[in-house]
Amino acid sequence: MDNLLSIVTFIPGAAALILLVFLRGDDAAAHRNAKWVALIATGMTFLVSLFILAEFDPSNTGFQYVEEHSWLLGMQYKMGVDGISVLFVMLTTFMMPLTIAASWNIDKRVKEYMIAFLLLETLMLGVFMALDLVLFYLFFEAGLIPMFLIIGIWGGKERIYASFKFFLYTFLGSVLMLVAMVAMFADAGTTDIPTLMNHQFSSDGFTILGVPIVGGMQTLMFLAFFASFAVKMPMWPVHTWLPDAHVQAPTAGSVVLAAILLKMGGYGFLRFSLPMFPVGSDVLTPLVLWLSAIAIVYTSLVALVQQDMKKLIAYSSVAHMGFVTMGIFAANQQGVDGAIFQMISHGFISGALFLCVGVIYDRMHTREIDAYGGLVNRMPAYALIFMFFTMANVGLPGTSGFVGEFLTLMGVFQVNTWVAAVATSGVILSAAYALWLYRRVVLGDLIKESLKSITDMTGRERAIFTPLVVMTLLLGVYPALVLDIIGPSVEVLVANYNAAIGDGSLVASAASH
Amino acid sequence: MLQADLNIIAPEIILSVYAMLALIFAVYTKKDALAGLLIWTTAALFTGLAIWIGMSGSGENIAFDGMFVDDGFARFAKVVILLSAAAILLMGKDYMERRNMARFEYPLLVALSVVGMMVMVSAGDLMSLYMGLELQSLALYVVASMRRDSIKSTEAGLKYFVLGALSSGILLYGASLVYGYAGTTGFAGIVMAAGNGQVSLGMLFGLVFVISGLAFKVSAVPFHMWTPDVYEGAPSPITAFFATAPKVAAMGLFARVLFDAFGGVIGDWQQIIALLSVLSMFLGAIAAIGQTDIKRLMAYSSIAHMGFALMGLAAGTAFGVQALLIYMTIYVTMNIGTFAFIISMEKDGRPVTDIKSLSMLSKREPGKALAMLILLFSLAGVPPLVGFFGKFYVLRAAYDAGLAWLAIAGVIASVIGAFYYLRIVFYIYFGEETDALDKGKSPILWGFLMASAVIMLVGVVNLFGIETIAANAAATLVN
Repeated sequence: MDNLLSIVTFIPGAAALILLVFLRGDDAAAHRNAKWVALIATGMTFLVSLFILAEFDPSNTGFQYVEEHSWLLGMQYKMGVDGISVLFVMLTTFMMPLTIAASWNIDKRVKEYMIAFLLLETLMLGVFMALDLVLFYLFFEAGLIPMFLIIGIWGGKERIYASFKFFLYTFLGSVLMLVAMVAMFADAGTTDIPTLMNHQFSSDGFTILGVPIVGGMQTLMFLAFFASFAVKMPMWPVHTWLPDAHVQAPTAGSVVLAAILLKMGGYGFLRFSLPMFPVGSDVLTPLVLWLSAIAIVYTSLVALVQQDMKKLIAYSSVAHMGFVTMGIFAANQQGVDGAIFQMISHGFISGALFLCVGVIYDRMHTREIDAYGGLVNRMPAYALIFMFFTMANVGLPGTSGFVGEFLTLMGVFQVNTWVAAVATSGVILSAAYALWLYRRVVLGDLIKESLKSITDMTGRERAIFTPLVVMTLLLGVYPALVLDIIGPSVEVLVANYNAAIGDGSLVASAASH
Repeated sequence: MLQADLNIIAPEIILSVYAMLALIFAVYTKKDALAGLLIWTTAALFTGLAIWIGMSGSGENIAFDGMFVDDGFARFAKVVILLSAAAILLMGKDYMERRNMARFEYPLLVALSVVGMMVMVSAGDLMSLYMGLELQSLALYVVASMRRDSIKSTEAGLKYFVLGALSSGILLYGASLVYGYAGTTGFAGIVMAAGNGQVSLGMLFGLVFVISGLAFKVSAVPFHMWTPDVYEGAPSPITAFFATAPKVAAMGLFARVLFDAFGGVIGDWQQIIALLSVLSMFLGAIAAIGQTDIKRLMAYSSIAHMGFALMGLAAGTAFGVQALLIYMTIYVTMNIGTFAFIISMEKDGRPVTDIKSLSMLSKREPGKALAMLILLFSLAGVPPLVGFFGKFYVLRAAYDAGLAWLAIAGVIASVIGAFYYLRIVFYIYFGEETDALDKGKSPILWGFLMASAVIMLVGVVNLFGIETIAANAAATLVN
């Protein structure tokens, strides 16, 4: 199978096209057909993607399954995966069938809804597989269109504001990256990502309008990419679009956003920033580390005072992404391993938490924390599941959340003890907001009239949560499953990075002058 | 000798003779009853000429001692002009007929203006430049005020005429200065006079005036004031025409003057073009935000797009011209689709141009709504749609030419611009239900809309091979 990656990428897209062209009508039967087509397509994508994992050789640190066709302007249609990207591909194909299953109750414009999600899957998979700069940008940006529509059409009351904010915020971030890409293209004469990873971009300092730029071109390019990825992650202080988007998006939209779309930022840092602009990364590492530490503490505090469940979880996502950026820019084996692990694990956990909110939102049509209380009395199964994922979110040992947080903290401790110390306090805060949320929603007496007739989870809902529980536990007790796959690639990444910045880093030498 | 010269301008001669003969024929026979037929024959002739020019021409042919240049660049621009004019004629046919505007002069005036455009992109001399420009403009002034009994249409025509005449005056004044200091009106002579990198102050003055006059024709800021009013006032099919073929012709002429006549002093005009470009992009993006009329909005949108196209010109390289040609072709294709939709917007048989009337179109006509969605995102330059590639090429050209600041300004403007395209998407997909527009009945309009949307989507594969064609065309202009 020479073009396995393209097949995986375009199965959902093809299904979307089939729905668009052949599905007619707006009745219950048409709705059911649309849902089944989407479920089967995403399920098939997952099954086919298992072949990628099966034949994947972790000890080979280069790109595998590479396919290449010429395209415009000397650019390539080039796809491939390595140890860093393969698990993101798997995460995407794994989460999408669950997302579709979680949207079974949608009854407004079902066909368009399913088309949007299928297209989104194709574009997300493309992002993780693209090995051409512009091809990457294409997938990266195109994802905005379906997401804009998902939030705007199927979202909550403030959906219009949220969808515009989402689109324009992320668009502004990424167009600056586009200019940097043009610059890289001009400098290296190619847009081939593996080649660019070995290309030395100039790091001679110069001045712009009297401002000295340490690290020269590399620093500027790093900043341009940073503008895009930091918004996507999102990092404090450019995270403000995320709570709005999360709150207004339909449940499945939130799941995709939290579980997969946010990971594109982290993936971008690993694929572009560290290997291509090592000097620029080195110059700005302190900034990124401190932004991450602030993000962890500040957004945890903000999460404490939220009235809306989804908003609370959204802020918690920002905090957890803080661990990711921190781990990446620690730039050592533990840090980067931990960051990737944290992203995968957060994909399962935050996705599950949004689904948990979705379960009761479907019944009560409100996300106000005050509207609930004592759910354990009528929904014991729900209480158990919600508790499990709350604990995983807090980072309880035995769940995957623990491994990621621990590794990133360990990684950053070796680089910057103060950042590690500040970030660790965030772990305590996350326990505070998560447990408090759980207490207010699930525990206590059931006194609200409206809740007296609420029903426990249906079979469909239980089926959606089962794989997530399994994965969270499995990775929690046997993290080597992930670490063995990413380990060798990360080792090379870190080794190249250290070689590029040399022993005496540029900042140190600049400071000594 | 004369024989050879005439052979080179045969397409222009055929088209002019056709226009004059058809005019006489229609006057002496059934007049306006022939309008429908004439629209078809004119469009067919345009298409035929486009195929002929596209297939047969080769090399660089110079006629009338350099007055007229037929090279790859001119042929590329002519094919785009002819095909877009043919498309617009067909799109507007039904609209004009149902509103009693289908006069037999309409297709023939369009044909004459197309002759002007063809002369413009082939001009090798300030005289032929001005002749082409004026022939084009005069025909356009008349079609702008086609709807004689409408105050708005008349106003549009008058405004266009007064401001157009002013700009022609500025251009002529510049041309006379250039002539005075170069001693010749031929581009080949001018480039010799200004070729050693040194240009006299008087010639520089002339250059600036010529650029100003041309900037008016491409509606670049600060010479854009006429555009929104004329776009809004003219009947929709004529607005569609303004937005497409004349823009290509004016851009082609712009490139020809700057490279053929002033190619030796790029440094002297690069900054001017860059400034025009950045102003156009920002004004187009910002001023469109407040618009409620879709035609006015498209006017500002076209101003912003011209800013992007000028970015390619500002690069001053062969790649920049290639980017310009690709950008203009994509721009024209997108606009044909968008205007096919705008022409079809009507309520109770009357044209509507209010953006709000599009509310929840996606419910009633999902196919058209989806096509518009694609076109709007393409206009905004969001990948993977073809509109993005247009922007990518000009950004690359500007960056390579050392205009990184212009590229950064361009992408920021494109984010601002994305807002108003999104606003239309917002009405189409998230708005509230209001009185429905009529369901479009015209298969021609539907066909152009869908074809243009599909091109925007499928073009991502290889841009239909236009890249190499444009590269060859650009290479003939810049060397």
